Amino acid sequence: MSDRIDVRKTYKLYVGGAFPRSESGYTYEVTDAKGAFVANAALASRKDARDAVVAARKAFGPWSGRTAYNRAQVLYRVAEVLEDRRPQFVQAVVQSEGLSASKAERVVDESVDRLVWYAGWADKITQVVGGANPVAGPFFNLTTPEATGVVAVLAPERSSLLGLVTAIAPVVVTGNTAVVVSSYSRPLAAVTLAEVLATSDVPGGVVNVLTGSAATLGPWLASHMDVNALDLLGTAGQTELARDLEVAAADNLKRVRRAPAAEPDFTREPGLDTMTDFLELKTVWHPMGV
Amino acid sequence: MTPSSPFDYAPAPESRAVVDIKATYGLFVGGEFVDGHGTPFKTVDPATEEVLAEVAEASDADVDAAVKAARKAHERVWGRMPGRERAKYLYRIARIIQERSRELAVLETIDNGKPIKESRDVDVPTVAAHFFYYAGWADKLEHAGYGTTPLGVAGQVIPWNFPLLMLAWKVAPALACGNTVVLKPAETTPLTALLFAEICQQADLPAGVVNIVTGAGATGQALVAHPGVDKVAFTGSTAVGKAIARTVAGTSKKVTLELGGKAANIVFDDAPVDQAVEGIVTGIFFNQGHVCCAGSRLLVQESIAEEVLDRLRERMSTLRLGDPLDKNTDIGAINSAAQLARIRELADIGEQEVSGERWSPACELPERGFWFPPTVFTGVTQAHRIAREEIFGPVLSVLTFRTPSEAVEKANNTPFGLSAGIWSEKGSRILEIASRLRAGVVWANTFNKFDPTSPFGGYQESGYGREGGRHGLAAYLEGGQR
Repeated sequence: MSDRIDVRKTYKLYVGGAFPRSESGYTYEVTDAKGAFVANAALASRKDARDAVVAARKAFGPWSGRTAYNRAQVLYRVAEVLEDRRPQFVQAVVQSEGLSASKAERVVDESVDRLVWYAGWADKITQVVGGANPVAGPFFNLTTPEATGVVAVLAPERSSLLGLVTAIAPVVVTGNTAVVVSSYSRPLAAVTLAEVLATSDVPGGVVNVLTGSAATLGPWLASHMDVNALDLLGTAGQTELARDLEVAAADNLKRVRRAPAAEPDFTREPGLDTMTDFLELKTVWHPMGV
Repeated sequence: MTPSSPFDYAPAPESRAVVDIKATYGLFVGGEFVDGHGTPFKTVDPATEEVLAEVAEASDADVDAAVKAARKAHERVWGRMPGRERAKYLYRIARIIQERSRELAVLETIDNGKPIKESRDVDVPTVAAHFFYYAGWADKLEHAGYGTTPLGVAGQVIPWNFPLLMLAWKVAPALACGNTVVLKPAETTPLTALLFAEICQQADLPAGVVNIVTGAGATGQALVAHPGVDKVAFTGSTAVGKAIARTVAGTSKKVTLELGGKAANIVFDDAPVDQAVEGIVTGIFFNQGHVCCAGSRLLVQESIAEEVLDRLRERMSTLRLGDPLDKNTDIGAINSAAQLARIRELADIGEQEVSGERWSPACELPERGFWFPPTVFTGVTQAHRIAREEIFGPVLSVLTFRTPSEAVEKANNTPFGLSAGIWSEKGSRILEIASRLRAGVVWANTFNKFDPTSPFGGYQESGYGREGGRHGLAAYLEGGQR
């Protein structure tokens, strides 16, 4: 038995491709499912949320301008690296969700497969959702989907890895950038996922991960005039908070994906709406023959 | 009147005989015309200020009765009717609209003030086409990708700029998908919607499938907030759109909002100038500029700005303003005194703010009625209110740019995002600029074209959801948009 003292990780935020502490200097205690201390995670503040929006906005143009094939490969790369760090994620899921090792392994498998599934959508969604319109006149008329912009994602509170991946992947695969508020009580997988994103060719700022409370950070993101859309997934069951955030989001008519009554079963294959809710349709007309 | 020169136009008025305007109108609820319980209001001919009719105002209780009628019709008849039978009702409606097209066009022009040329050749044919198009979807929903389950009762609130066309955009897809509707037309233009109610009767549409409640903002608010409404569809101002988004927050109501715009119409130095000038005129003066997707900001490349503006002024000098029922009229009446005041206020602010010129062609305005001459402001910058706010009138703001990137940056520098125009003979430039513009509809080398098969709707504060095309079905089915 070695008496070596292990080196523990500092749990930080992930903003603009860097790993800052919260500018507030605050942290909060994260425990495992049994209540034992695991870490002090950074407690993201309003300023951190704003910094994350700035980073996400800066990343939006280049990311949405990449080819769909390229975004597909980047997302597939995330799946590869996540697979590579399987034991670490299994441990995070065991600690956070209190699952047995074998169940946690299935969660990680499912998360990797979910990323692979979404990666493939990057260069298919346009054909499935867009199309040519047979207008009654001599015009070329084409409708194509485009990314909405900066999306604030309140990640699910309970499903700390599979739910998180299922919330982030559909947002960014189509070219949006994301500011993600992780599960408050179970942030371990989110912090480790940020490390995976940082080493998977995902440009800095495309996904920003804040550990902290949806009730605290949500209002700032919902009312932020440079955020284009809001996924309320993490407010499942919190009807009052969800309504308040939806009201705040109306200030600049954010696209709001409402929370379900209860956190869904993430093992089920998601629908196209997870992507189309954060897409705009653009229709271009051009005359023919003149 | 004798033409003073052989090249002048003689008056060519369309006959009003085809319409029969009643002295008073009630609400259309459960298939019958019924009395309203609010305070009746008058609708006027904006070209003459003559009172056309007195129209019932729906009270909260009237709205409730209409929603209940729609619910009953949805549950007992329309929601369970096979799609191919629903389709036939919609085809019938499309055909009756075609049969009564002149009557609808004349009534629309009298109540709205738009030129008969436009109501006759654009509005009404597009209305019929819209019903015809969505009729065909009713029995093919399983192929559209949004499931086949309707939402239930749709509460729909529409504006005064295209009264009948906006009705069609709302009612046709809702009915095709198996929903029933309660529609509130604008208080200044209720007459064609009430004539549409008669058309529903002629088509033997089951009672309660279409209900029409007239009134102003309070009636609309009561409809939107009604707990029996499953779906809200609104076309109108961004301010009201935001209020609606707040009203429905925390409910399960689905919403589509088609709101304001401040579209850039971008003319590059390689544009076909004659066509571009026509496009600029269509973009801002069509329907007196009462168009949410109007090309109200002209962005013209600096090197050709002078030439384009010279030709634009020349073209504007030939526009004929006056009697909307005259077949040669290009610019009709402003829809209401309130809208005229709004246009005047913003134009006056423009005059104070901009360093350039406020210009209108020599143009005699009729003594009675609400009129505003086609107007162009040069020397406008992005900070000016007339470049930022929706004027919703025949007022064009001209800005210049040097590089394509500057054009894109200026075009996108707005909280709106409904439409945009590009004029260039270079295909690769058009496609690149089109992809960089943050707008739901981009017209390249054309402007203000509409078609039932082509989805319409905005980015950002111009709203969400699409109307028209297959995508328009998403707003009215469970498997559709959020």
